[in-house]
Amino acid sequence: MTTFRIKRYNPEKQPEPYFEEFKVDATEGITVLDCLNDIKWTQDGTLSYRMSCRSAICGSCAVKANGHAILACQRQAEHIADKDDTVTIEPLGNMKPIKDLVVDFKPFWDKIDKVKPYLHNDTPAPEKERTQSPEEFRLIDDASTCIMCGACYSDCNVLEVDDNFLGPAALAKAQRFVGDSRDKSTLERVKELSEPGGIWDCTHCGECVERCPKPAQPFYRIKEVMASALEEGVHNNNGARHALSFTKSVKHSGRLNENQIPVESVGFFNIKGLLELIPIGIRMLLKGKTPPILHRSIKEADDVKRIYRELGE
Amino acid sequence: MIKHDVVIVGSGLAGMRAALEVCKELDVAVLSKVYPTRSHSGAAQGGIAASLGNVESDSWEEHMFDTIKGGDYLNDQDAVEEYVKAAPRVIYELERMGCVFSRTADGKIAQRSFGGHSKPRACFSADRTGHAVLHALHEQILKESKSIKIYSEWSMHSLTIEDGQCKGIVVSNIRTGEVEVIQGKAVIFATGGYGRVFKITSNAFASTADGAIAAFDAGLPIEDAEFVQFHPSGLYRQGILFSEAARGEGGYLVNGNGERFMEKYAPSRMELAPRDIVARAEQSEIDAGRGGGGKGPGEGFINLDLRHLGEARIMERLPQIRQLGIDFIGVDCIKDPLPIQPTAHYSMGGIPTDMFGQVIVDSEGTHMPGFFAAGECACVSVHGGNRLGTNSLLEAVVFGERAGKAALEYARKTGFEKINESHQKTKVLKVMEEVYQSDGTESYNDIRNEMKEIMMANCGVFRDEDRLKECVDTLQKLQVRFKKGKVTDKGKLFNTEIYEILELSNMLKMAEIISTAALNRKESRGGHFRTDHDKRDDENFLKHSMLSKSEDNSIDIKYKPVVITKYQPKERTY
Ligand SMILES: Cc1cc2nc3c(=O)[nH]c(=O)nc-3n(C[C@H](O)[C@H](O)[C@H](O)COP(=O)(O)OP(=O)(O)OC[C@H]3O[C@@H](n4cnc5c(N)ncnc54)[C@H](O)[C@@H]3O)c2cc1C
Ligand code: SF4
Ligand code: SF4
Ligand code: FES
Repeated sequence: MTTFRIKRYNPEKQPEPYFEEFKVDATEGITVLDCLNDIKWTQDGTLSYRMSCRSAICGSCAVKANGHAILACQRQAEHIADKDDTVTIEPLGNMKPIKDLVVDFKPFWDKIDKVKPYLHNDTPAPEKERTQSPEEFRLIDDASTCIMCGACYSDCNVLEVDDNFLGPAALAKAQRFVGDSRDKSTLERVKELSEPGGIWDCTHCGECVERCPKPAQPFYRIKEVMASALEEGVHNNNGARHALSFTKSVKHSGRLNENQIPVESVGFFNIKGLLELIPIGIRMLLKGKTPPILHRSIKEADDVKRIYRELGE
Repeated sequence: MIKHDVVIVGSGLAGMRAALEVCKELDVAVLSKVYPTRSHSGAAQGGIAASLGNVESDSWEEHMFDTIKGGDYLNDQDAVEEYVKAAPRVIYELERMGCVFSRTADGKIAQRSFGGHSKPRACFSADRTGHAVLHALHEQILKESKSIKIYSEWSMHSLTIEDGQCKGIVVSNIRTGEVEVIQGKAVIFATGGYGRVFKITSNAFASTADGAIAAFDAGLPIEDAEFVQFHPSGLYRQGILFSEAARGEGGYLVNGNGERFMEKYAPSRMELAPRDIVARAEQSEIDAGRGGGGKGPGEGFINLDLRHLGEARIMERLPQIRQLGIDFIGVDCIKDPLPIQPTAHYSMGGIPTDMFGQVIVDSEGTHMPGFFAAGECACVSVHGGNRLGTNSLLEAVVFGERAGKAALEYARKTGFEKINESHQKTKVLKVMEEVYQSDGTESYNDIRNEMKEIMMANCGVFRDEDRLKECVDTLQKLQVRFKKGKVTDKGKLFNTEIYEILELSNMLKMAEIISTAALNRKESRGGHFRTDHDKRDDENFLKHSMLSKSEDNSIDIKYKPVVITKYQPKERTY
């Protein structure tokens, strides 16, 4: 029997959330969602959560399991349970709980809306389709797999401290248009996305890549938008803002301390992500434009030197 | 009371496409019990049909013929013609909206083969076509957000028909439990299918027949309910789908003895024969003990073998399917075959409409003023007795647009009539209150499971008189037991238990309608197969069934003629 510790919350009855335990026979092939259903249908009908497709495509069922956002329908319970055969289920983070595992997605959708998530192309349409090569399709293929589940939003470090950050899903959605060969507003888009709350406020922590159940993988998309912004000559003229939110987030989550941790241990994603941007930055430099991308922690002369050395090899 | 010129229930492809039409001139509301992008359309994997001819030359005539043959000649051919002719245009429109499609080397929309289609006609976006189209439409809805009001996580309970005219709907906000009347000059239902009445199904939890039953309760008929499509490749036990694209790309079906058994059942089309034929072949193999696992309906499996396609092709064309196998049963289809079984997938029947989405109330085609339906909840009928893969996303888009246009046209000429708000609201409040107060001894969960079991076993791929009689009988008893259920959540806030119980009530009724229609169709055609009447019988049954509520609350059965224009019924072989 697997123990499910579920965070319960019903402000109609009691203002504070609490944990309640249920036992479920989670045999092989049983998903976390199957377990929640088993609890609701045979033990306690008052448990509320969202679900619909059961096949990891509608994005309804994201919850936190043992501290990290997952799609309940996509994961088998036995793969999630810890060594005591326990699964702790909580609502997604960074959004207000409504009841039990149901959270208010309004800020999430508002931010999606902010990136003007629709194709812009006023040129006269051809009689048939607008052509797009398979290579061009591939540039938006990953971003377009996003199912708007909010797993990335839930676990993003910046959102924990900065409500204004558009967040990983909205930025991934933005890449879907920035990268679309049919879209005619790339420059305006990357300008807007470089405003406060946009791409440069991401701290490259890579958490969203870990959490994303689809190939959408927001941080990689964010990097692509950063690259497009640099290519388009749009600079971040407020690097401090970025550094600040990073510091804040680190302070808040306590996961990283950039002053103490040498750069190579800041995390795989961090370094790799920045490294990939550097060549573009250098190209910009050569064109007489300043690369704005360098993160405060790697602005330290030694680290920058090291990165350049690695690049040269 | 809330008022909108046009009210649409459902935000799948059909509902959103309709909204984009109406919003050009009038104020429109879209109501959905799940957030729009969570609608079931997003689960569609394989493709959307149109004779673009991007890969091989193709024509609407061929698309039309394939559709009619696939539907076993029960399709209304005038509607099919309009529908296949519109297909290329609506696909180009979706593309211009920004829909992401996989491409050919020369940049056109890529197309692939699909069961029952004689040409590669399925436009696709890898293996998540429904998702791509759903999100493209949702993007347009966000763009038009000034003229489209979305009621997300609101549920429709009943349809308001007064003085022979549709005037609105009664709804509730799932978050607060509050009941409201929404008045509309026109109402469009786009509420999707009802596969959830079966134990093994590919359908989402939201596909529960709410729309069909609201119409039925308002006195309208349900057409061709007996025609349910069983998809050949549902994941064993879970029922979730491995797209037919897996076979379109060249996958094999193999029984427990390692034989490609389709040789015996459809030697020319093999794995790509239409779904009803493949599902029956699988079920026959399983029933004969040549599958894996158990025997009989709902038990046992067949292997879907993709290994010979190779990793590169699987990764390019079927990445999501591969991931589903890995996540849900730990099988990587690059290395091992996937265990599958027939799964209840698509409802050919539904609320009868003409080819403009206008709901009709009888066999003569009389209109119900102000009421329109489109998508899977409607029966036009373009699919006849069996829908071809990729034809239903197309249906949702084509008839979503048409219903939107027709509703717009109608609402423009109509005012807000007087509506008896308190009466309509009280009726729904009373039903809800009964559920809230239910404190009996029966478990709703048991009732739901028993319904699903009996529908799968007795009204599934193979049916016969005895099993169907038992099925109807059981369902009637379950409806009695339903009245003695017990609810645990008495709160108003996001009370999903109450909504599940209301859905169960709709499903019990729908299951009875399906099995009653099946009992009365004493022939085999398309998705409906009677082992005791195993031939098609055009003399007696080349007609649509129309089931409605009779005076004494039992079910009344009538029939409606099939429209035949170009293609005379012929024997259907593949
Ligand atoms: C797994 C799977 C794969 C498929 N693949 C394909 C494919 O490749 N090609 C193809 O052509 N077809 C495919 N189909 C079929 C196709 O997806 C559906 O027929 C089609 O998407 C139906 O669209 P719709 O707009 O009619 O309804 P849906 O998308 O089902 O939407 C129904 C809407 O109604 C709302 N609703 C229902 N009841 C209520 C209520 N009481 N109150 C408020 N709102 C309500 C829901 O919230 C939802 O928004 C597939 C189906 C499945 C299950
Ligand atoms: S990489 Fe950026 S967007 Fe992703 S979780 Fe970290 S801070 Fe948030
Ligand atoms: S980017 Fe990934 S995690 Fe974020 S909402 Fe989309 S699918 Fe979910
Ligand atoms: S239920 Fe749809 S993603 Fe899990």
